Amino acid sequence: MTRTQPGLPGRAWHPVASSADVVLRHVFQGRLLGRELAVWRADDGYVNVWENRCLHRGVRLSIAVNDGRELKCQYHGWRYSNRTAECTYIPAHPADAPARTICNRTFPVVERHGLVWTTLEHDRPEDLPVLPERGSQLPLRAVTVAAPAADVVGALRSYDADDDLRLASESDLLLRFDGASGPGLTLLVQPSDATTCVVRGVLHGVDEADPDVSRLTLLRLHNRALNRLRARVESEVGPLEPGNDEPELELVPEELAELPPATRPGRSASLRVRVERKWSAGVDVAGFALAPLTGHLPVAQPGAHVDVHLPNGCVRQYSVVNAPGEDDRYVLGVKREPESRGGSACLHDTVREGDVLALSEPRNNFPLRRDAEHTLLVAGGIGVTPLLAMAQTLAHHGLDHELHYFAQTEDHLAFHDRLAALGDSVRRHCGLDVAATTARLREILAGHAPGRQVYLCGPGPMIEAAREIAAECGWPVEKVHFEYFQNGQEIDKDSSFEVDLARSCLTVQVPPGQTILEAVREAGVTMPSSCEQGACGTCIARVIEGEPVHQDVYLNEAEKASGEAIMTCVSRSASPRLVLDL
Amino acid sequence: MPTPPCTDPVVLNLWHPLSAVAETAAGQDHTTTLLEEQIGYAWSPDAGARAWRTGATQHQLPTLVRYGYIWTSLGTPPKDLFSIPEYDEPDRRNMNASTIGVHVSAPRAIENFLDMAHFPFVHTDVLGSEPHTEVVEYDVDVSAERDEVLATRCRMFQPKASASSSAGAEVEYVYRVPHPYCSILYKTSGDDPGRKDVIAVFLQPVDQEHVRAHLLLSVLDDAHEDKEIRNFQQSIFGQDKPILENQFPKRLPLDPRSETPIRADKSAVAYRRWLSGKGITYGVIPAGR
Repeated sequence: MTRTQPGLPGRAWHPVASSADVVLRHVFQGRLLGRELAVWRADDGYVNVWENRCLHRGVRLSIAVNDGRELKCQYHGWRYSNRTAECTYIPAHPADAPARTICNRTFPVVERHGLVWTTLEHDRPEDLPVLPERGSQLPLRAVTVAAPAADVVGALRSYDADDDLRLASESDLLLRFDGASGPGLTLLVQPSDATTCVVRGVLHGVDEADPDVSRLTLLRLHNRALNRLRARVESEVGPLEPGNDEPELELVPEELAELPPATRPGRSASLRVRVERKWSAGVDVAGFALAPLTGHLPVAQPGAHVDVHLPNGCVRQYSVVNAPGEDDRYVLGVKREPESRGGSACLHDTVREGDVLALSEPRNNFPLRRDAEHTLLVAGGIGVTPLLAMAQTLAHHGLDHELHYFAQTEDHLAFHDRLAALGDSVRRHCGLDVAATTARLREILAGHAPGRQVYLCGPGPMIEAAREIAAECGWPVEKVHFEYFQNGQEIDKDSSFEVDLARSCLTVQVPPGQTILEAVREAGVTMPSSCEQGACGTCIARVIEGEPVHQDVYLNEAEKASGEAIMTCVSRSASPRLVLDL
Repeated sequence: MPTPPCTDPVVLNLWHPLSAVAETAAGQDHTTTLLEEQIGYAWSPDAGARAWRTGATQHQLPTLVRYGYIWTSLGTPPKDLFSIPEYDEPDRRNMNASTIGVHVSAPRAIENFLDMAHFPFVHTDVLGSEPHTEVVEYDVDVSAERDEVLATRCRMFQPKASASSSAGAEVEYVYRVPHPYCSILYKTSGDDPGRKDVIAVFLQPVDQEHVRAHLLLSVLDDAHEDKEIRNFQQSIFGQDKPILENQFPKRLPLDPRSETPIRADKSAVAYRRWLSGKGITYGVIPAGR
């Protein structure tokens, strides 16, 4: 009995599937050098090659649901994004945006010659063999052989389906044959594991015009020849113990192994994007499509925003409009603010297609729960951007929802194409004055029942009104989710107090004119932040002791009353000392 | 004598189930596999249970008859098995719902039994349904005195919690893991909200990656035939089986960094630590191997 370990052959890239294997909404199970792979194509055409294992409980992703945009694990419904394999939703905790970057293992992919290629070595450059492109190419049906790669290559040297082929060259699990009169052939041996291979062939120079040689005839001819070869090799090699070469599983990052969520990153601008497209998405609204300069963008969950670092030095937050599976770019909608302090004016007037911008990673402080029976989304003006992302997600999951969109005129409604795609779930409310808006909100919010939730985003006065009406209509505070664009309140910075950082064992003084966030950072403690005006929720800290004075618009009334959390960028302390879980 | 295939002293000294008494033809010899060894066993109303390694009929293995099953051990077992006091209540119906072979390790099967988050996805429209997917905070305790993992206040919305329920309701569960390969759950009874139905899984480790799962029911239900109650539990188990058989690796990895737990997995985290603390090596991939 021969037993050759395949080891790592010279060539790093191997075929693992035929393009025909990754059909619509299917997940193909492949195997390379003992490692199982889940291979699937998203509806946008991108082919993913991932470790065949959900990071949560090790269930094979080849039995997951491919919904065209994401893979949904069969066991607990975790969703993983096209391209990056980032987890986008954990149904057991619908209120949490997965704060930690849970990401399945991906492998590089190239689709060429009718085959899907990958490598298990990340730092290896593309070393795909060049196959002759003369005439048209025809991939053969793959044949699995229960024998080590060396034995299969040995047998393939004398491969001949019809006395027409002659071995021209051989290298690295690849044999090339010239055809005396017909097409040439390249045979590739995919080492599945120590004792199993897949033989894949590509015919080249197939003459499509020749009526005597149909594609089907060729496929049958080679399929029969390869099956004969398989029978011969397997009988020569004899029965083998199944390959006991289980690959080492990569450990998950330490922060994922523990139950408490890890800290989130600080105000950063780690992404570089190019303005791929800029267009008028509605009156005074500029649409931006931002594509990565290299690699993939981290997934933006519905409700997430990015910090955009502008050429003029301003940093502004914009919600990401993307639908699930729309992973190759971020789409933002920017309203021109008449009293712009430099953010929207710069984006409208200065930034052009082709410009490069720095962005933070997307952050989600306005996560969408997907465990409600009905979700109301109420948008005012440009507040539609996060709610559009939510509506597209709910529509994609088949969850009941309505998107109410208030705007000055029909022309002010932004993202017509996306609204149209959402169909009947969109209700447009145009040209209403304050009284009429209030009356309409009253109608919309009248039907509170258990199992319903509402998400609000729009101008401050509209959110205030909607929250009051919701409370009058009997909506519990925890079912009313909201996000303000900005904090319209006057921020009082006059007090002075002391802050104890319990985890860092530090005490800092916060003098008048300074924020807690600034004082904490001065003391050398890293704190994440984004809008720094009490609207986005990024710089939240848990209060262990003391009495916060809330000046933010992120926490709801119940959360403020409980005194358990504080927005460190604007809020202060009524007690001389505040103890924070930092 | 050749060395036994299982060398884990913790597992060798445990009691392991072999068969439901009700399904064992009285007075006849039967064989089954336990820890990779062929085991013979027999039972009769008069003589009780006997068990032996096949080929060594002279040497009797210790036996117990508990909860309707024959148990044996390949080492030196404790005097008695963990207790399920409800089993002896006179108005309960006790039965073996099924014995099903599953290509998975025993600890993976226990984790599946403890898990509620999969109900909407695996037991769709029976034990759970989308969008009711949230697993609310529950309590987990490892009792040093009783040496068992206990999860309480486990609540989940269920469209159809048992054979006797017709409408959806929030159901409360309590889980116990008193034995590395056995677990018991208590859930609000459809017939008597003040009391709880008991469902237990006793896993017979055939080898490190195969089990026979014996499912005990001890329920308060006067309305349904045995067959209906069994069918319900069997169809539930049939939904779990393909998921369990597609878990990789099949042995339960005890290194905390091998998989990604979330808050809903608190009981599984406690169970893995408890196994690590016992020094178990059979059916698991020990941490820092």
